[in-house]
Amino acid sequence: MELTVWTYEGPPHIGAMRIAASMEAVHLVLHAPLGDSYADLLFTMIARSAGRPPVSYTGFQARDLGGDTAQLVKTRLAETVERFKPQALLVGEACTAELLQDQPGALAEGMGFDIPVISLELPAFTRKEAWGASETFHQLVRSLLNGRPVPQGAGDPSARAKAEGRRPRANLLGPTALGFRCRDDVIEVTKLLDTLGVDVHLVAPAGATPADLARIPEADFNICLYPEIAHSTCVWLERMFKQPRVRTVPIGVGATRDFVFEVARLAGLDPAPALAQARTRLPWFSRSVDSTYLTGKRVFIFGDATHVMAAARMAREELGFDVVGLGTYSREFARELRALAEDIGVEALITDDYLAVEARVAELHPELVLGTQMERHIAKRLGIPCAVISSPVHVQDFPARYAPQMGFEGANVIFDTWVHPLMMGLEEHLITMFREDVEFNDGEVAAPARAVQSAEVGEPDAAAPGAAAAAKAPGPNDSAPGDPAPSDPAPSDPTPSDPTALRWEPDAEKELRKIPFFVRGKARRNTENFARERGLTEISIDTLYEAKAHFGR
Amino acid sequence: MTAAASGDCAATPEIHHERGERQTFCGLAGIVWLHRKMQDSFFLVVGSRTCAHLMQSAAGVMIFAEPRFGTAVLQDRDLAGLADANDELDRVVRELLARRPDIGSLFLVATCPSEVIKLDLDTAAARLQQAHGERVRILAYSGSGLDTCFTQGEDTCLQALVPLLPELPTLQRSLLIVGSLADVVEDQFTRLFDRLGIGPVHFLPPRRVADLPPVGPGTFLLAAQPFVGETIDALRARGAHLIESPFPLGVEGTRAWLMAAAGAWGVAPELVEEAIAAPAARAEKALARYREQLGGKRISFLPDSQLEIPLGRFLARECGMQIGELGVPYLDRRIMEPELALLPADTQLTEGQDLERQLDRLRADRPDITVCGLGLANPLEAEGLTTKWSIELVFTPIQGFDQAADLAELFARPLNRRQRLAF
Repeated sequence: MELTVWTYEGPPHIGAMRIAASMEAVHLVLHAPLGDSYADLLFTMIARSAGRPPVSYTGFQARDLGGDTAQLVKTRLAETVERFKPQALLVGEACTAELLQDQPGALAEGMGFDIPVISLELPAFTRKEAWGASETFHQLVRSLLNGRPVPQGAGDPSARAKAEGRRPRANLLGPTALGFRCRDDVIEVTKLLDTLGVDVHLVAPAGATPADLARIPEADFNICLYPEIAHSTCVWLERMFKQPRVRTVPIGVGATRDFVFEVARLAGLDPAPALAQARTRLPWFSRSVDSTYLTGKRVFIFGDATHVMAAARMAREELGFDVVGLGTYSREFARELRALAEDIGVEALITDDYLAVEARVAELHPELVLGTQMERHIAKRLGIPCAVISSPVHVQDFPARYAPQMGFEGANVIFDTWVHPLMMGLEEHLITMFREDVEFNDGEVAAPARAVQSAEVGEPDAAAPGAAAAAKAPGPNDSAPGDPAPSDPAPSDPTPSDPTALRWEPDAEKELRKIPFFVRGKARRNTENFARERGLTEISIDTLYEAKAHFGR
Repeated sequence: MTAAASGDCAATPEIHHERGERQTFCGLAGIVWLHRKMQDSFFLVVGSRTCAHLMQSAAGVMIFAEPRFGTAVLQDRDLAGLADANDELDRVVRELLARRPDIGSLFLVATCPSEVIKLDLDTAAARLQQAHGERVRILAYSGSGLDTCFTQGEDTCLQALVPLLPELPTLQRSLLIVGSLADVVEDQFTRLFDRLGIGPVHFLPPRRVADLPPVGPGTFLLAAQPFVGETIDALRARGAHLIESPFPLGVEGTRAWLMAAAGAWGVAPELVEEAIAAPAARAEKALARYREQLGGKRISFLPDSQLEIPLGRFLARECGMQIGELGVPYLDRRIMEPELALLPADTQLTEGQDLERQLDRLRADRPDITVCGLGLANPLEAEGLTTKWSIELVFTPIQGFDQAADLAELFARPLNRRQRLAF
């Protein structure tokens, strides 16, 4: 048993759901108890997807356990195929169903569907979400490509493209639903490849159908955009279909240039025109004198392995920070991360215990934290600026604007994202110089600085959508101790614009404190206006509620 | 699948029963408000990574460094043998209590996997209570999706508290309000009961587990929430008497609820009318503006929180709304009869769920607003159906006179929004 407060990753079947939800014409049937359907909200609320994830649950309960849960599986399978008519059916089980050993995959295979049925093994008590996603994608690709011939000329992208009289083409593999900024990364990388003279053959799993997956070998090579999802599939495709893979993940100016060179070499193209077209302000912004204050800022980095490794390189080479610590929850890539940490001269933290991450951040007291939503909370508590660089995602990681992480535009986005939480250089100097100024005393300065930081990384604090409800709607203990009330002036302070001092009866004042702080100021103003209009001098509990009834919400 | 509810009062709606795919939380979700309501409590979910992920996704309250709940995640080796699982649980509890000296009451919460491997948490709680003595109270209940859906987790939790309630001395009487209410609502009701001379009034759950209310043959029970049927039964087994009443939603519901209590106490109705005149009048006035916005609009409920019937009753009778299909996870006649009697007789009531078919009916019906869970809200909005999240109705203070208009506003806002937007 392992005590967990918050988790970086869900169970492996959530990974399978991410693959299904990324694709078209695929459906996943999950053998799972009632309640596991909560996972739908990850997609519909965090990513604001307009459609439900293509997942059907058996939703068994205690009364089903006495009977035949296998029959329940078969019913759900039959109904699902009939209703949704998918091109391929994924079948898996969540943790509790795994214990029942109903073998839903075998049941599905025995039902004679005329579509490919992919039975997933998702060991819930040993593996996690990213592994589940990677495994599901891999199994899906394997099963759809099983027995297909290796195309003629495979293995030599340049020659094959020339022989067929076309531009070289690549598959972009790895972008998924709930991935960190995948939506915009795909657009950015597609544009970049186009300037280089490479066509994107297909993107998968995001937006692909099973029929698309069957066309994977038609591309000359694969680009593994998110190794956590697509590494094992790319390695398998390289072995089975002689498709070379591009290893560089183009996050940061340097990595994007390396990526261009790697692709150009593989495809037999000249990288110069693409590099000449690169529009990135990061190198100049970083060299400009205003950025001097960034020099040697101590940063701590934590997240999935891909984004952490990319961030470490950018931090050191492109912003001039000192990386004082880094780590990942992606155990699958622990070796790579340890090697990088050794290279930098720090110790890698490989853990999925966010309390351990918090302890490390507290111990290192960095000046900037680059992490996930978890680290954002850790940093906030410790009063350290923070920027989010990796999953697990939050509704704010799906911005309305175009905000890729990859490619040259991605580097611009990242420069802004990382620098904004920090106090600008000039301000920092002023505060140091004129420390005596009342405006610069700790309380006064800390508040705006933190406001900037949280505005950048995103409010509300909720990491998941349910929280939106929880945050907006006061919970049963909205008057709990520790309830912050920053916008609520002290009861004895009359508002400057209010010459006629209204007296709040102690009970009414107490009642007012029960109103959540973020609307309390408004309630106070409304009640006082209401009382004043009626010539009252004292405000009772009834006045408070009379006013409330008068104004509505 | 249609079963005419035999033996029903002719005036109450016919009930359709459905079984199939469900879209609702399991009882673990109750921890989201219970851990805040009972401030000296800690909820240790004994389950899988899925349980931890559900809590995180449903609660999403990551602002707290260490919330008053956590998950003991079962690993492969815990599945190998129950002896090991029990040892592991003992270790986790020991570590947790060492780390969190503020914990006064620890709830071990059973889950689907813990039940399937037959890890007996009641026995474990008794064993741990012996080991940890007086310092902390250790209890167990089930929030498993095998036994509970969504708000039912509060019922199982409160039920676990019932045996621990102190005995109400004989010849004394008291009023026990059952079901979580926001503190502000509790205070309002306490003032009203005071004015009526009804008391002492206690609440279950209490704000602190250390202050458990007494129960005995002199206890009268008033349900504040429609999902506390098992708890009511357990309290009745200890001699308490249930005061049958609709739930305190809206002016009518709140008046009936207070009247029912007054009746049990022998307080004259005129006295009640006098005491509630001012709050009831301002509630009526505040409601009037929403009646204009909601009147004639059609609403459907997908089964989720158990609040569907009293909400439908309020919206139909006090806001002039028309009810389309009204789905409930389960129909608990022990405490729902007074509500059923008030529901429009032609209400299309469905118990249970067969998700896809229900959605087909919803699409055919196209009500003006649909109450549903978070997983369905955006997809339905994308289909042009206006929605209201059912979870918000559980988290928001909506009971009593002074919240009646707030409750109506929760339904008016999505409609208002749809009207404002130009696209």
